[in-house]
Amino acid sequence: MAGPMRIRAAEKDGIVEVRVLMSHPMETGQRKDSSGNPIPAHHISELTAKHNDKVVLTSEMSGSVSTNPYLAFKFKGGAKGDKISVSWVDNKGESRTDEVQIA
Amino acid sequence: MNEKRRDVLKAIGGAGIFGALISAGMITPAMVHAADARKVFTAKTLDEAFAALGTPRPAESADITITAPDIAENGAVVPVGVASKIPNTEQVAILVEKNPNMVAATFAFGENTLPDLQTRIKMGQTSDVYALVKADGKFYMAKKEVKVTLGGCGG
Repeated sequence: MAGPMRIRAAEKDGIVEVRVLMSHPMETGQRKDSSGNPIPAHHISELTAKHNDKVVLTSEMSGSVSTNPYLAFKFKGGAKGDKISVSWVDNKGESRTDEVQIA
Repeated sequence: MNEKRRDVLKAIGGAGIFGALISAGMITPAMVHAADARKVFTAKTLDEAFAALGTPRPAESADITITAPDIAENGAVVPVGVASKIPNTEQVAILVEKNPNMVAATFAFGENTLPDLQTRIKMGQTSDVYALVKADGKFYMAKKEVKVTLGGCGG
């Protein structure tokens, strides 16, 4: 199943760069298995990133995002030790939330 | 003998029509699109995608930078970055013109978030990658061609 996300959040000159590596198959629904049966779509559909419970980024994704999606973004106003949490929900209703502190 | 055969055929024919009626009623458009009901992500053409995102085809802007390789050896993992210098950039969408479903992902920024992000997308074949930016309620776009080589033998 979906393993933990790897999140790095680093503050430099007042700007926090957050890098997230999610663990997800991101199946498009277009592929077929070896016996020719279509593999059902299974991909992250929504993502929310928060800085101390304030939303900094939301995303809607399709199966066209690569397997084990990577996302990097930047925001202002974060300080070392602040909490960053990233949550996603996939098209089968599975979800996951992970947190880190800004380094 | 012949009579019986006719009965059997009738029975089969009847069941066939019945079955066809049931399946005709059962398969609704909603079920066909159940895989992804979000309209933005089912768009098959650029104009459909732009319409679903709420804009006619927008003007190209030099203030949007798409960072992507000129040649991607592995279409399953194409790093793409989008940065916008347009003030008050609120949203970014990444589109791949020749993918079966064009819109790969959309992003919406909080007020302190810089419009500068990177991700990785899949590309089925060589195509233009579009970045659509919404700023102050208006839409802008930029595009960049990414060549996808098959089998990693170049060219």
